[in-house]
Amino acid sequence: MFRSDASKLSLILLMTPFVLWIGLLIVLPQLGIGYISLREKVGPREYELGLANYIDFINEPIYWNTLLRTAWMSILVTALALLVGFPVAYYIAKIAQQRSRAALFLLCLIPLWVSDLVRAFGWIVLLRETGVVSGMLQTAGLISGPVELLYNDVTVVIGLVYTVVLFMIVPLFSTLDGMDNSLLEAGYNLGGSRVTVFRRIVVPYAMPGIVAGCIITFMLTAGSYLTPILLGGKNSSWFTEQIYDQFITRYNWESGATFGVLLLGFTSFVVWLGLRLTGQSLANTVAKE
Amino acid sequence: MDDLQCDGLTKRFGNFTAVNDVSFAVPSGSFFSILGPSGCGKTTLMRMIAGFENPSKGDIKIKGNSVLATPPNKRNVKMVFQHLALFPMMNVGENIAYGLRCRGEPKADIAHKVAAVLERIGLPGVEEKEVAQLSGGQKQRIAIARCMVLEPDVLLLDEPLGALDLKLRERMKIELKLLQHQFDTTFLYITHDQSEALVMSDNVAVMNAGRFEQIGTPQELYHSPASGFVAGFVGDTNRWKGRVVSIADGAAKVQTAAGEIVAAASGEDVAEGVEVDVFVRPEAIELGVPENGNSLRGKVDSLLFNGANSRILVRIADGELIEVNYPVMDGGGGLSAGDDVEIGWARERGRCFAAAR
Repeated sequence: MFRSDASKLSLILLMTPFVLWIGLLIVLPQLGIGYISLREKVGPREYELGLANYIDFINEPIYWNTLLRTAWMSILVTALALLVGFPVAYYIAKIAQQRSRAALFLLCLIPLWVSDLVRAFGWIVLLRETGVVSGMLQTAGLISGPVELLYNDVTVVIGLVYTVVLFMIVPLFSTLDGMDNSLLEAGYNLGGSRVTVFRRIVVPYAMPGIVAGCIITFMLTAGSYLTPILLGGKNSSWFTEQIYDQFITRYNWESGATFGVLLLGFTSFVVWLGLRLTGQSLANTVAKE
Repeated sequence: MDDLQCDGLTKRFGNFTAVNDVSFAVPSGSFFSILGPSGCGKTTLMRMIAGFENPSKGDIKIKGNSVLATPPNKRNVKMVFQHLALFPMMNVGENIAYGLRCRGEPKADIAHKVAAVLERIGLPGVEEKEVAQLSGGQKQRIAIARCMVLEPDVLLLDEPLGALDLKLRERMKIELKLLQHQFDTTFLYITHDQSEALVMSDNVAVMNAGRFEQIGTPQELYHSPASGFVAGFVGDTNRWKGRVVSIADGAAKVQTAAGEIVAAASGEDVAEGVEVDVFVRPEAIELGVPENGNSLRGKVDSLLFNGANSRILVRIADGELIEVNYPVMDGGGGLSAGDDVEIGWARERGRCFAAAR
């Protein structure tokens, strides 16, 4: 009896902060947002419950186009981050010497010591009309006048990949690091070429890391605000910018809340779709030991 | 015809020589073991044969052809890894089919061959099982089947029994030997466990510090070791330090702290005045004084009952403990700790080697 009481108590003590956190900081605000999104403003301080905000969203192409564009570019950023992050993670986990591994991993984490804002300004210093890259190209005689490299989609994508690639590398590194080298050797020994070993052993083994990394980077990208605004300028048309506009500039909380719910719903849908299309499930990838 | 032949194989890592001028040949269809303590270079040797390391010097021939220029995935040498390295993301059938698929064999053949090899190892119909569902011994057999389905010239086994518990290890020893007979393939087995090597092998090479000390059948290694290292490493043995007083007809009279004994002089560097190690196996020593043999007096320190391997620990005059065969079948002779005993053994059952400097 004592034993089960004690374990019950410790369970309660352990769960309380978690439940409070989930309840107060995640579920409750989302419910609030959801509730506000269902309020229709019919007059000053007069509200009715209804779906008018959602209907407005559907009727205004610029809104849902922005959402689709955000999702599409986030997918692109995620794919690029995977492409860039995988070799880096593989190198650190499997090829680098044991003693240089920690240093390399730390090097990857260094950018995190600087805030997103400062990192984005770093790109601005490099890429603006009077910036380093433009200046160097002029000195080299490759272009005749200053060139503006900011405020286009390519720059936004590059900036976003740079911001999120770490969150791809970390989960990839930890799964690859757990892979026994003898699996690779067995793969070669049994007659596999480099491509076969990579395709049939490394990638399936790293799948939990790939899925976790993709989900994290996708969600971070779709929800990012600073980088697209600073690097993309007025044309960036990022969905979070719309939400900010509704809440802060236009003081239209109902519409902003609707967009918030839609962003959450839509990104979750994209993640679900991605898992379905690649034949993965959260249970057998992220949750697998 | 030798399936595998190594000539003057050497591997250096910087200043460290892991494998030093090793030469041997493994006849077709035989079970060859390399026995040595950890760090003696046996794993490096095996990795060179598999192609994961390049030798600094020397040649490796498989079926008479040098394979130095052949990459690991093209050598017809398959390897069972220490921790088996079964692919966890594939089921049993896919694991075994992996090598066949790499070769690009037709699907129908693959299914047929996988079923056939599972039949041979006594696990028919487990294709759909996940690797994690298998027991230790079953995983072992699947790892072997995964290699054997490719019909290799030589199968390399890198201490595959190391991770198993004792009971299972004993059973797998016999099973491995049977599998080798059944597949009639050359097995090259690496181990630090002398009993594994003795039980399973046709020939054993004893390796120490990168070199082969002796190659021979288990009987040869046990009864006529070529060096002090082999005598001490293969089988249980008692060891004394001493100095040769005189030598005649291959028998050396050795002065030890416990008294003077006579032992067979092995090796040319045993001469008068040389420091030597004397080795006598416990089963050669008995209670009582044999005719024309060595004998020592001592006190029974303890009795170690272990079935047929039971031992009497006798403390001799200089305080050293000697393991003596304990004839449990005869009821043990009513011995108990503290009894004064006289122990003895035939002169030719002891051997002495020049002590390593």
